[in-house]
Amino acid sequence: MKVSEVIVKCLKEENVKIIFGYPGATVVPLYEALRRSDIKHILVRQEQASGHSASGYARTLGTAGVCIATSGPGATNLITAIATAYMDSIPLVVITGQVRSNLIGKDVFQEADIKGATDSFTKHNYLIENAKDVPRIFKEAFFIAKTGRPGPVLIDIPVNIQEEEIDFSYPEDVNIRGYKPTIKGHKGQIKRAIEAINSSSRPLICIGGGVISSNAKEELEEFVNKSRIPVVHTLMGKDGINYDNKYYIGLIGSHGFSYANKAVSKADMLILLGTRIADRATAGSNFAKDAEIIHIDIDPAEIGKNLGPTIPVVGDIKNILIEINKEIEPANSKDWVHELITMKNAVKNNYKEEDRANPKVILNILSKIAGENAILTADVGQNQIWSARNFNIIKKRNFFTSGGLGTMGYSLPAAIGAKIADESREVIAVMGDGGFQMSFFELGTISENNIKLIILLFNNSGLGMVREIQKNTYGRGNYHGVNISKNPDFIKIAEAYGLKGKKVFFNKDFENAYKEAVESEGTYIIECIIDQDESTF
Amino acid sequence: MKKYILSLLVENHSGVLSKISGLFSRRGYNIDSLTVGITDDPNLSRMTIMINGDEQILEQINKQLNKLVDVIKIQELSTKSVCRELALVKVNNNETSLPIVKDAVEYFRGSIVDLDCKSLMVEITGFEDKVTAFIDYIRPCGIKEIVRTGITGLERG
Repeated sequence: MKVSEVIVKCLKEENVKIIFGYPGATVVPLYEALRRSDIKHILVRQEQASGHSASGYARTLGTAGVCIATSGPGATNLITAIATAYMDSIPLVVITGQVRSNLIGKDVFQEADIKGATDSFTKHNYLIENAKDVPRIFKEAFFIAKTGRPGPVLIDIPVNIQEEEIDFSYPEDVNIRGYKPTIKGHKGQIKRAIEAINSSSRPLICIGGGVISSNAKEELEEFVNKSRIPVVHTLMGKDGINYDNKYYIGLIGSHGFSYANKAVSKADMLILLGTRIADRATAGSNFAKDAEIIHIDIDPAEIGKNLGPTIPVVGDIKNILIEINKEIEPANSKDWVHELITMKNAVKNNYKEEDRANPKVILNILSKIAGENAILTADVGQNQIWSARNFNIIKKRNFFTSGGLGTMGYSLPAAIGAKIADESREVIAVMGDGGFQMSFFELGTISENNIKLIILLFNNSGLGMVREIQKNTYGRGNYHGVNISKNPDFIKIAEAYGLKGKKVFFNKDFENAYKEAVESEGTYIIECIIDQDESTF
Repeated sequence: MKKYILSLLVENHSGVLSKISGLFSRRGYNIDSLTVGITDDPNLSRMTIMINGDEQILEQINKQLNKLVDVIKIQELSTKSVCRELALVKVNNNETSLPIVKDAVEYFRGSIVDLDCKSLMVEITGFEDKVTAFIDYIRPCGIKEIVRTGITGLERG
């Protein structure tokens, strides 16, 4: 059997149904095999989008997303998407074509060392040298991407190898000497953690993206309700707990809420669940200053990297929470919870009383009227923070964003991947005019595949977050390179792709526009014209 | 800051060395020396890496290296381990230098491995500080060229 056909067989063994890709000369044999298979291929408009779409797909289904690009520029265009997935621990299997084996290193047409280039932001990567290794490498790649701390794995395949003949048999097991992630938490450590929690008086749980990647939302809810410990979260942990949980406090960090940060600085026990406590989460020097720390994470390298010393518990959060839930007793936290909730309720939103479209007001309206299974993908910049602070997670809602790398142009292709993964979900892609213009070519993918999204575009004619940093650092008016004075008519762009849209100038018009968007057959763009000076907070 | 020696068992295939050295440069850790060679198992190589840092850095390096799929085992070599470095030192050969070098070679248990009328080459083996001490001692004789392998080592027993 030809290796290209073997690859398709491997993908089928891994239950891959959708691939996001962009072909080129070095993946032509693979595309021929794909053509003759029932795996659906979504042609994106630029390779980066294939990676982001695969990421949105992976996050929706909790499986690995698959994307393909050709050698050289195809592969290098994927780099940003791979790095984005790596920072957020999203499982991807990235397949790139490579020039013929005997030409590697000769700087031939469309040659790039993508394996070397992605060393520092893939969980693992392969350059296939022998055709016979193909089944093993695919088996390993999916295993590595999905298990332990998930992440992207790249497989680079020279075009000549795709044409070779081998016998196909898919390995049943994986045995990689250097890869043995710890899944089960150490019993003694779990016991130590429970004892420490029980002896604390102001305990606080802080969750990160690990809760979502280990699919532990239910176990967390049980833990919270049983232990009666209040919960804060990082940007990546936002959809790990529902907003209406009575122990829910809110988003921490430099872009979080002051009361949530106060909770962290007042706590005497901080239970970190699947969070690396990155720089944006630990705003200020008061972070957990009085707290004993329990750090539960599947990646031991995250424990003690940014914060310590701690009681470490290494393992899968779902597993560990199941163990903890067997033993945990309700904390005597009534006063402490009351104190935090009072602090939270005392903060009034600072929305301007105005009729003109305001992103915070609109996202609050959206939060009330969006479906209970909605997925919101937020881009990067002010729109990300507005979304994180104003769109609430209830029921089955999800919130996807590029939290670690902060990649503009993520939300639209990620939303495409999410919608393709589950058509029953309402998918809302939020972005600014900057991010839209980094990704709007994907409207082509949308209209071609009849993908139904709601695009919420906040147009402030520029790069609002950078403009705000410049204002806060160098004074009002000292802007450079942040104003987009000649934006196109975005609704006309949508129309050019056969899509509909509407400009919204006033808050009162948003709800109707949204209803229209929901009822519209295809993707619908709501472009909100907002004040350039609207602040992030 | 302290010196630590790590002994790594890694997969023996192309790209592994660059993955490991790349991890050090990306995370800002300093490598003092790195040696690599095959083992009795042709699929495995052993690397000996000497690093400069503190306990916290050492712990992070250990954990980050462990995350690499190609790294199979990491061991910190204790003071009880056998650690050696090989150096080849080319020194001026003249009336004054020769007796000094000969003496030094005897004391440091090295050997003269090449000789012509202008220069001589000494082979010296030992822990890093012994090699350094030897080089410092014969420096006045006029060193032409030096090559040092860097530390390699194995735990005893």
